[in-house]
Amino acid sequence: MNNKGQNRIAVDIGGTFTDIALDSGTSLYTAKTLTTRDDPVRGVVEVVRIACQNAACNPQDIGSVIHGTTLATNALIERKGARVGLITTEGFRDIVEIAYERRYDQYDIFIDKPDLLVTREDCWTVPERIDANGNVLRALDTGKLNRLLTAIDRRGVTSIAICLLHSYLNPTHERMLRDLIQSRRPQLSITLSSEVCPEIREFDRACTALANAYIKPLMANYLQDLSLALEAEGIEAPLFIVTSGGGMTTLETATRFPIRLVESGPSGGAVLAARIARECNIDSALSFDMGGTTAKLCLIDHGAPQRSRQFEIGRAARFVKGSGLPVRIPVVEMIEIGAGGGSVARVDSLQRLAVGPDSAGSDPGPASYGRGGELPTVTDADVVLGYIDPATFAEGRVKLRPRAASAAIRSGIGKALKLGANQCAYGISQMVDESMSNAARVHAVEHGKEISARTMIAFGGNGPLHATRVAQKLGVSRVIVPRDPGVGSAIGFLSAPISYEIIRSLYMRGENFDTDAVARLFAEMEAEGRRVVQAGAAGAKLEERRLAFMRYQGQGHEIEIPLPEGRLGTGLGKEIRKRFDALYQQQYGRTVPNVDVEIINWAFVAATPGPRLRKVTLPGRKQKARPANRRKIYWGQQRKTLNVPCYQRASLQPGHSIIGPALIIEAQTTTLLGPEFDAVVDRAGNLVLTARKTGGRKYA
Amino acid sequence: MAVVDEQAQALMHTAFSPIVRESGDISAGVFDIDGNMLAQAVTGTPGHINTMAESVKHFLEVIPRKTMRPGDTFMTNDPWLGSGHLNDFVLVQPCFQRRKLVGLVSCTSHLIDLGGLGMGPDGSDVYDEGLLIPPMRLVEGGEINQTLMALIKSNSRTPFQNEGDIYALIACCEVAHKRLREMMSEFGIVSLSEVGAYIYAVSRAASEAAINTAPAGTYSNRMMIDGYDFEIELAASLTLGNGEITVDFNGSSSCSKFGINVPLNYATAYSVFGLRCIFAPEVPNNAGALAPFRVTAPLGCIVNAPRPVPVAQRHIIGQLLPDVVLGCLRRALPGKIPAEGSSCMYDLPLRGGFDATSSENATRFAVELTHNGGTGARPGKDGLSVTAFPSGVYGSQVEVTESTAPLLLRRRELRTDSGGAGRFRGGLGQIIEIESREGQPFDLFGTVDRVKYPARGCFGGLDGARGQLALASGRRLKGKGKQQIPAGETLVFQTPGGGGYGDPRKRKPQLVAQDYAAGLISKRALKRDYGVMLKSDGSVDLAATRRQRKS
Repeated sequence: MNNKGQNRIAVDIGGTFTDIALDSGTSLYTAKTLTTRDDPVRGVVEVVRIACQNAACNPQDIGSVIHGTTLATNALIERKGARVGLITTEGFRDIVEIAYERRYDQYDIFIDKPDLLVTREDCWTVPERIDANGNVLRALDTGKLNRLLTAIDRRGVTSIAICLLHSYLNPTHERMLRDLIQSRRPQLSITLSSEVCPEIREFDRACTALANAYIKPLMANYLQDLSLALEAEGIEAPLFIVTSGGGMTTLETATRFPIRLVESGPSGGAVLAARIARECNIDSALSFDMGGTTAKLCLIDHGAPQRSRQFEIGRAARFVKGSGLPVRIPVVEMIEIGAGGGSVARVDSLQRLAVGPDSAGSDPGPASYGRGGELPTVTDADVVLGYIDPATFAEGRVKLRPRAASAAIRSGIGKALKLGANQCAYGISQMVDESMSNAARVHAVEHGKEISARTMIAFGGNGPLHATRVAQKLGVSRVIVPRDPGVGSAIGFLSAPISYEIIRSLYMRGENFDTDAVARLFAEMEAEGRRVVQAGAAGAKLEERRLAFMRYQGQGHEIEIPLPEGRLGTGLGKEIRKRFDALYQQQYGRTVPNVDVEIINWAFVAATPGPRLRKVTLPGRKQKARPANRRKIYWGQQRKTLNVPCYQRASLQPGHSIIGPALIIEAQTTTLLGPEFDAVVDRAGNLVLTARKTGGRKYA
Repeated sequence: MAVVDEQAQALMHTAFSPIVRESGDISAGVFDIDGNMLAQAVTGTPGHINTMAESVKHFLEVIPRKTMRPGDTFMTNDPWLGSGHLNDFVLVQPCFQRRKLVGLVSCTSHLIDLGGLGMGPDGSDVYDEGLLIPPMRLVEGGEINQTLMALIKSNSRTPFQNEGDIYALIACCEVAHKRLREMMSEFGIVSLSEVGAYIYAVSRAASEAAINTAPAGTYSNRMMIDGYDFEIELAASLTLGNGEITVDFNGSSSCSKFGINVPLNYATAYSVFGLRCIFAPEVPNNAGALAPFRVTAPLGCIVNAPRPVPVAQRHIIGQLLPDVVLGCLRRALPGKIPAEGSSCMYDLPLRGGFDATSSENATRFAVELTHNGGTGARPGKDGLSVTAFPSGVYGSQVEVTESTAPLLLRRRELRTDSGGAGRFRGGLGQIIEIESREGQPFDLFGTVDRVKYPARGCFGGLDGARGQLALASGRRLKGKGKQQIPAGETLVFQTPGGGGYGDPRKRKPQLVAQDYAAGLISKRALKRDYGVMLKSDGSVDLAATRRQRKS
C-alpha cells in the first residue's frame, strides 16, 4: 500500500485498553492492547506498530493521526496533576471554598466537601475590580505582585489559574496579570478563566480554570512526548486530538486547553453511534459503550448525541450529582458509571453482592488475566459463565485463565454467600447489568426522555457481551452491534470533524436587546473559532452555527436558539424572540404570555463537514449462518447450562441470520445473543439483534 | 420477593422530575390510595418533602376518592395542610389504571408572590399574608379551572410567573403519573398494594432497627433563640423505645405576634428530617421509614401555631429544630450527634428604587439572595464552612447578583474565627459587604436568627460566632424586619459559625497551625482558645504548646 495521505489512524487510550483503527481508504484494520499506565505513549506506539504491520502500511504513508485519551480524566480523578494556585479579585479569596453553599447528600451529615484541587493557602487575591457591565471600577494594582510571586514560589505552586470577577465580559485585567507574571516567572503555567470559560458564575469559571491549570503541565508533556514518539516511528502526519464535544482539535489548542480533552475517548463512541443511527435511519437511539473500566450511555436523537455545556469530574460518593468538580466545557452529554469488565465484585457488610465502581484496570486486571489480580471482576464472571472464549480474547494477546477466574469468584464471593461459582458469576453479571440499566433509566428520566422505544447501539470491549442482557432489563427490543465494536471509540474518531465551540456570556433582556453588542461579540468569537479550526484544516469550507441560550425571565432552564445566517442587523432581537416562542411552544405545548425573555449565553461553532453517509438497509433475502463450533454457557435465568452455537463474525455476510442463544466471536469482543433475541447482518455488516415477542414481563 | 424488590426499585425511579427552576427544586412523590407515601424524588428540601408525606391524606379527607376522575388535579396552599406557608403549593393527581384509582402522585414547589404583605414576617394573621386556596380541583378532566387560575393571578404581584410555575407543577405530576402507569404495565400489575406493603414493611423495619440500637429513655434539651418580638425558648423532650421516637415540644414559648410561627406539620417535617439523618439515613424516605417518628406540641406553642396566626417565615424556626431535637440525644448517642450549627438560612431580601426617598434615576430592584453560615462540628470531623443545613438551598453567585440588580459586592469571604473552637472546629460563616452601585439607599428585610444567641459548642467545644448585620460605618442592624441602608453606606452581613465539638486544647496542634496558616483562625484564637504556640517558621512549638495548654 502506498496511497500516501489516504491512511488515517485513530488511537484511543482507555482505562484498560488502548485501541487503534487504521483506515486505508478501502479497508479498516483494528487492534487492541493493554494500556501502559506508567507511560501511555508506549502502548500507543505498540498498537500503531501492530496496525501498520497488519495493514502493511508504511508509517510515512500515514496522512493523519487522531487521538483520544482518558489521561486528562485520570489525572483529575486520581489527583496526579500539578500543584495549582488561584488568583482572584481582592475580597473574594474563597470563591472555590464557598462554592454553592450546598451539600450533595441530603441525609449524610458526615460528608466532606468535594476536593476542588486547591487549598486556601494557595488562593491569593489582587486589588482590581470590573463591574457587571464590564467597566473598570478599580484599575489592576500590581504594587504587591512581588510579594505574591514570592508566596507562589514558597508554596511550590507550578500552575496558576486566574479568575477575576466579570472577566467573561472584560478580560483585560486577567491578561495584564498573566503577562506580568509570565515575564517574571516564565516557567509558571498560567490559565485564564476568561479564555478557558468566558461564562458568568465565578465558581464554575474558577473550577474550570483550576481543572485546566491542574492538568496543563502534565498534558503538555504527554502530548509532546507522544508527537515525538510518533515522529520517531517515522510518522510525519499531523496529530489531532479528540475533544469532549466529539470534534477534533490541533495539538496547539489541546495543549492550551487540555480540560477540553476530558472524556475525549467516550465522545468518540457517541460520534460512532450517531453515525450508525443516521445511516440506519434510527430516530432515537441509546449508545451503550462498555469498556474495561466504565460504561458510558448516551441518548441520540435525530442522529445527534445529546450535548451539554457542563460536566462534573470525579464524583465521589456513589456518583452523586454535586460531589465532583464541575467544569463548563462543551461535552457530549452522557452518563458514565464504574461498570466495566474490570469492575470488582465483593460482598458488603449486609451480605449483599456489590460490583464496582472500582476497577482492576489493566494492571493487575481481572483475576483471569493472570497478571497478579486476585479480586473477582465482571470479566471473570463472564469467563466462568462461558461467554468469553479464553483462547481468542484480545486476539490472543491476553491469555485468559478460567481457573483463576472461578477461584477468585469462589473465594471472594462464594464463601460469604455460600453459593457455587456459576451462581455467583450469574449474580455478578445481574448486578452490573442492573446498575447499568438503572443508570440508563435515571439518565433518560432526568432528561425527560423515553428509553424502551430506543434502538441500542452497543460497542466497546464488553458492550456486545452485555447488550442483550441490559436491553432486556430496559425493555429495549432492538440492538445494533456495529463492525469492529471492540474499538468503537477509535472508529468514531475517524468520523469526527475538526471543530471548535466557544461559549460566552453576555446577559441581555428582550426589552433592551443590543444588536450591536451581539454583533461585536460574534465578530470576536468567529475570528477565534475560525482561526482554531483552520489551523487544522487550511482552506476547508467550514460549517458554522451561531446560537443563543435563552429562557423566560427567572426560569432555570435555557433553550438553544439558532441565530439567522449572514450579517446580524436590525430586527435581530425580534427574530430571536420569534424563534424562541416557536421552539418553546413546540417543546412545552404553550408559550408563557407577557413575560420577557433573557439571553444568558451565546455560542459559535465552526466545524469541517462530516463524512459522507451511506444509507444502510437490511437485505431482502436471508439465509441461516453456519456455526463454527459450540460452547457450553451457563444461563442463570433458567438455571441451566446451554450448549450454544458459536459464529465467527468475520465469516458472516449481509443477510445471514442467527437464532439466539448464540455467541458471535470476533477479534476484539464477543456478542452474546440471549435466548430471546435473533440476529441478522445488514448491508453494512452491522449485527441487528431483535427481541422475539415473548409476551409477559420484560423484567424477568 | 425479588420481583417486588425490583418493582420497588422501579417505583422509586418514577419519582424523578426533569423540571427544575432557578429558585429551587420541585419535590415529587408517589402515594398509595390511602395517601401513604411510597416513593419520593431525592431532590427538594426537607420542609417540602416531609410535609408532602402527610398532605395527601388531607386531600383525601376533603375530596373523597369516589369523586376523583381521570384527568383531575387538585391543589392547595393551606399552610396547615400543605407546607407551612402560603407560598408553597401542593398538587395531587389521582392515577387510574383500567378506570380504577390505583395511586396518587404529588408535587410541591414555592411560588413567588400571593399578594398580602408578601413573604415578610410582619402580617398580623394569615389573612394579611395573602391568598389561601383550600384543597380543590385545579384541573378537571384535563381542563384547567380558569376561574381559579384567574383568581390566583389577580391576587399576585407576579401573576405570570405564578401561572408558569403552576403549569410546571402540573407537568411534574404528569411525568410521575406517566412513569407510574408505565411501571405498572411493565410489571403487569393492577394494584400497588403488594409492592406498597413491601416498601412500607421493609423501610419501617429498617428505621425501627436503627432506633433500637440506641438506649431507650426520655431525653430533653432546650435552646434559646432570638425570636422577633421576644426571645424564644425551644424545649423538647424525646422518648425513644420499642422502635419508636416521640418528640414533644411542650414547654416551648408560645406564638409570636409576627409571622415566625410554625404549623405543626412543618415543625414535624424538620424535626423528623433531623432524626432521619441519624437513624438509618440510607433508607429511602417513605411512609414506612417515617412511621416510627412522631412529633407533638401543645396547640398555641410556637411550633404548633393555630389558625390564623401568621406563618410566612416559618422556616426560620423550622430549620433550627433539628438542632433542638438532636441535642436531646447528644449524651445518649456519643459520637453520632454534631454540635449546633448556623442552621437557619441567612437570606438577604433586598429592595431598592421603590422608596420615596430614592432619586428618580434609581433602578428599581427586588432580589432575594440566599446565603448560609457554618455547620456544627461533627464527632471526628470539623463542621462545613458556609454550607446549608438542614435546608438544601443554593447560595447566590456574586456575578449573577450584580448582573440582575444594581448592587456591588465589596467582599465575600470566610469569616476568620467564626467557627466555634473545639477538638473538632465548627464550620466558618462568611462576611459579605454589599452596597448600591448607584449610591442609592436600599431596604433590607431581615429574616435571620442566631444574632443574639449563637450556635452552641458541646463537650467543651466553644460556641460559633453570632450572626451580625451592620453598616460599615458601625451602626448595628436587627436580625428581623425592614431596615434601610442609607445612600452611600455599605451593608456588612456576617453569617454565624457552627459550634465546636470537644475541648479545643485537645485539637491536634498541627491542625491548629494549619488553620492559622490558612487564615481560618487568628493569632489570638491560636493561643487563647487552642493553647498552641508556633515557632517563627510557622511550625508548632510543642514544648511551649504543652506549657500553654497546662496553664
